[in-house]
Amino acid sequence: MSLLEVRGVGKSFGAIRALHDIDFSVAAGEVIGLMGDNGAGKSTMVKLIAGNFPPSEGEIAVGGKLCHFHKPVEARAEGIEVVYQDLALADNLTAAQNVFLGREVKKGTWPFRILDKKAMIERAAQLFAELKSETRPRDLVKKMSGGQRQAVAIARTRLSNAKLVLMDEPTAAISVRQVAEVLDLIRRLRSRGVAVMLISHRMPDVFAVCDRIIVLRRGSKVADKQTTSTSPEEITGLITGAIRAA
Amino acid sequence: MQHSQAQLAAESHAEISDVVGIKEQTVLQTMLSSQSFWVTVALAVLVIFMSWLQPSFGTVENVTNVTRNFAPIGIMALGMTVVLITGGIDLSVGSVMGLVAIVAGLLLTWHHPWYVAFGAGLLAGLACGAFNGFFVAYVGMPSFVVTLGMLSIARSLAVVISGNQMLYQFGPDAPIVKAIGQAKWPLRAPAGWAPHWMPELSSHFWVMVVLGLAVGFVFIFTAWGRHLFAIGGNEHAARLTGVPVDWIKFQAYVFSAFCASIASLLLLGYSGSAINAMGTGYELRVIAGTVIGGASLMGGYGSAYGAIIGSAFLEVIRNALLMAGIDSNWQGALVGAFIILAVLLGMQSPATSVGVWVRAMFASKRG
Repeated sequence: MSLLEVRGVGKSFGAIRALHDIDFSVAAGEVIGLMGDNGAGKSTMVKLIAGNFPPSEGEIAVGGKLCHFHKPVEARAEGIEVVYQDLALADNLTAAQNVFLGREVKKGTWPFRILDKKAMIERAAQLFAELKSETRPRDLVKKMSGGQRQAVAIARTRLSNAKLVLMDEPTAAISVRQVAEVLDLIRRLRSRGVAVMLISHRMPDVFAVCDRIIVLRRGSKVADKQTTSTSPEEITGLITGAIRAA
Repeated sequence: MQHSQAQLAAESHAEISDVVGIKEQTVLQTMLSSQSFWVTVALAVLVIFMSWLQPSFGTVENVTNVTRNFAPIGIMALGMTVVLITGGIDLSVGSVMGLVAIVAGLLLTWHHPWYVAFGAGLLAGLACGAFNGFFVAYVGMPSFVVTLGMLSIARSLAVVISGNQMLYQFGPDAPIVKAIGQAKWPLRAPAGWAPHWMPELSSHFWVMVVLGLAVGFVFIFTAWGRHLFAIGGNEHAARLTGVPVDWIKFQAYVFSAFCASIASLLLLGYSGSAINAMGTGYELRVIAGTVIGGASLMGGYGSAYGAIIGSAFLEVIRNALLMAGIDSNWQGALVGAFIILAVLLGMQSPATSVGVWVRAMFASKRG
């Protein structure tokens, strides 16, 4: 049984049809590359799965269960985590505070139910160590490099037992060394049975880690191929429209 | 322009590689980089200088006066800090004071018990806060607009309800109301135990201290406080991570109005009368005190200690000017100058610190 099932999904914003009639599925531990030009509907697709808004038509099933998400929190309850392109970090908070934002660890009894800062800092440090990141839990995000910020956003998804992690352009704004680290992390997630959906413009990254590549063009799915049976040239052709469909 | 941008970029790159090797900030470094610490230092210097210049400044009577005068501002600054941290602003606090005083005063003149009057006043204040909070958090209007509207509405209501009269015939509970507003602790001999050099601190001051400790506790130790800062830092991120953004913003405005109501009731008790003009122009003093104490008008930064020390600083300046015999009409200019200076000093983030800004200015002139 597949982890995520997208059936005939479409989304319109007023007169604009961002997506129509999309079908695909994701199995546990699978890494999917979602590619397409600007405006092809990648971000809309991510937001539908992440629960930012419900689809106009069609249905999304997680683990065989039909889901109608209206808020990201609802998708998170089903084990879907997102690393947003802007990373969704609060600059004025520390790394550990950002990792635990919205699900702080508390101790004591009401009305003196207070934050368990020590536990959160230790857990965050442990997550960063797993990610082999030089991020320190007590540092302000404001003072961090692009790679460290990425590590904070990814550490956040590992807090819960996510079944599917959506990553929106995780390698767009970081150094070469950090890209390699992020790709390693994606492989580590896969080895633990976590499915990853990688939205990226960077062809080498997608071919390095993805098992399967889905290509969107102008709101429609034009390809869904195993990485081994395609080539960067074919995918480029599909993205631009030089090749109509495959 | 491109030249200076490239230079800025180069500088921030250098910083990143530097930062990785450096240890986490020590307590001392954190303290030295906080605005409230430097305001405390400035306040201490000012107090020492004034005591030397003007012997009557350092007397226990003047200390009693100063601490009582700034306490209502400090109390409201605590509420304002909560709102500023979320990235909003509350311009209505002064008018809410007026409305609360009139509602409470009216019930007292109708011979209701003091707790009924105070309860009704508090409810009126909270209703104003709920109105602000609803339109800002749930309707999504800019806080500046909503609270500016409330500034006008609450003052107008106060004038209408009071029939533009001063209320002072408070009925049987008048002594209790006065006792609340004029209470002092610790008392000096013969009434109490305190030695002659100890100032008798007002109930206003103690309410501020208790409220300040409570707000400080909430900021540092609770998830609610953490969420407040997250909303100010990146509201969108807070929403995505499941923080109940709207509900917390709503509560922030209600708390600000609550603080204004408490300050109003204390002043009502102190003066033993209610006027509909109470708190006129206070919103500026409150915002000034809060910002001087290190809260950011952009949201995301602020502390309970900063709110109180900033308010104290403003009041000591005001008091010092009076003592030094300077025309009191200069106060407005000085308060305004301090707001601008405080915001300028508050721009000390790596990219916009005054130092970098000055260097960039010179660099672009050379290039």
